Amino acid sequence: MRDVAIVGCGMTRFGRLEPSLLELMTISSLRALDDAGLDKVDAIYVANMGSITLNKQSLIASALADSLGMVPVHAETIQNGTASGGSAIKNAVLAIASGLYDTILVTGGEKMRVTTDRVLTDFISTMSHFEAEYIHGITLPALAAMFARLYMRKFGVKQEHLAMVAIKNHENALKNPYAHIQQKISLEGILLRPESRLNNPIISSPLRLYDCCPTSDGAASIILCSVEKAREFSDTPIMISGFGQATEVHAVHEREDPIVLKALKLASEQAFKMAKVSPNDIDVAELHDAFTILEIAESEDAGFFKKGEGHKALEEGRTQIGGDMPINPSGGLKARGHPVGATGVAQAIEIVWQLRGDAGKRQVEGAEIGFSCNFGGFGTNVLAFVYRRGD
Amino acid sequence: MISDVEAILRPPEREMPPYPPKYIVLASGDKMVVRQARREEVPLLLDAIRPLLTVEKDYYDIVAARTYAELLGWKRYRVRDEYCLVGLVDGLLVGLVNGRMYDENIGVSYHTLAIKRGLRVGAHLFAAKMEYHLEMLGQKEVWITAESPIGFRRWMITWGLELRPGIQHELGGVSTWALTKQIYEQRKSDLVFGERPVPEDLLEKAKEIRIPDERTVLEWVVGRKEV
Repeated sequence: MRDVAIVGCGMTRFGRLEPSLLELMTISSLRALDDAGLDKVDAIYVANMGSITLNKQSLIASALADSLGMVPVHAETIQNGTASGGSAIKNAVLAIASGLYDTILVTGGEKMRVTTDRVLTDFISTMSHFEAEYIHGITLPALAAMFARLYMRKFGVKQEHLAMVAIKNHENALKNPYAHIQQKISLEGILLRPESRLNNPIISSPLRLYDCCPTSDGAASIILCSVEKAREFSDTPIMISGFGQATEVHAVHEREDPIVLKALKLASEQAFKMAKVSPNDIDVAELHDAFTILEIAESEDAGFFKKGEGHKALEEGRTQIGGDMPINPSGGLKARGHPVGATGVAQAIEIVWQLRGDAGKRQVEGAEIGFSCNFGGFGTNVLAFVYRRGD
Repeated sequence: MISDVEAILRPPEREMPPYPPKYIVLASGDKMVVRQARREEVPLLLDAIRPLLTVEKDYYDIVAARTYAELLGWKRYRVRDEYCLVGLVDGLLVGLVNGRMYDENIGVSYHTLAIKRGLRVGAHLFAAKMEYHLEMLGQKEVWITAESPIGFRRWMITWGLELRPGIQHELGGVSTWALTKQIYEQRKSDLVFGERPVPEDLLEKAKEIRIPDERTVLEWVVGRKEV
């Protein structure tokens, strides 16, 4: 097995964007190719969840290959719900490690702001268990709300803690020109004042508007290659030194403990083991905070804090940029945005920029080892990655 | 002769009690002062609205064009019993609403124009407008319509307005809904916010309206163009 590195990154801004899905993917791909100094690759892996449903475009990987002028390159689309980005990266790593390909372009993209919130909520809800959840009207915000309620009861997490995650990630996103949400928010305005009931209405109790990530358009691309070749393209290649993946019982109520993110725990452990590091070695992490409560829970189940103590670490400022375990310096899904197919790739890009020292005003000083985890469904299929500077 | 014609064209005005200013804390933590605009401030408001006249997104063009005409009509004494409330953060205009008295008992809601978006400025200003009609002007109900789906969701659905078939809203042929005093009282605790009196320093900053430049207005409303 060969070691694999990321040698090029490119993304579009996330938000409500005019270009089509294919145009967004083309733009981010060209930026990544340019970053790596390449004009062709051996294969293209596209991560996407909704091009057929939302954009009436299947075979999106082939469309991208043509758009990039790379026909007859190998190309395929990888759909694994909101973990599509992570899955595409994992499969690219395997393909390069096996020696089959030397260079792969992984592009994740989604064009979601083409329809109403109601249609999008339904689209996302298709990740739930059809008979046990979906047909009864369960949505992802509803699952997250029940999860939050249990978490609050068991560990003493309060709404203030959820708000603190949102405030931190909005603050980080203000330093990220690619972020969807560029808006400072305050505890007073979203929680403490009477008018917060209008500013920040309940979505699914106890979760409010600012506890939920936005739906976004956007694309993100990386170029992977074997470590032997990496120096040809980059002075600071970033190694994918470990990865893991796990699935969990589909219906949330059937899980052993509904507030333990078991798949995330297993995927993280695999990734740390492969990378021969422990959670304590991680300098910066991008977690899948589709809902604020998830950042707290993931920070525990990934091993950064003891179970039930993530909110205390948050309170102490440990997860801020400048803290000892900075989480979501990009703004996370909460504020950078969540074009679902692009998210796993965008997480990888943020970590690469952090490890290269290219993260601008949100740079975590001295970051050498990073971590990301990408969630499919409600923790149903999770991928985790450990990254390390190659120099 | 000119003054004779003007006397005919200029509608008589009712005495309207002033809207007492209040302030609202936005999600950002910024304090938005809501106060009544003065007639002499209309040219400034028109300058702020002008960049939106061609913005199709979310029907801003229609709302901006109509609000522009309504304010111009008020400024030049061609609309009867109109008023305008403005939302100001450190004196900077972030939104405005207008309407008028149809008669002693009925108010007509004209428009709600959020210039700074994403902070519920429009929702707060619309609520202030309803507060003015039903509490300060002592009217029994306000007639409301919507041009955009966002407006429909924010007013008709959120407030639970009553449909009034057969009543012609002044904005031209579309359906009319009414916010009655009873509905207002039921929804007030969830939708109408703000504190009075406004602290002296905030009031001082809100004394003169500053308007955002054209680029800022477009960025706030349309968002960034670059990908």
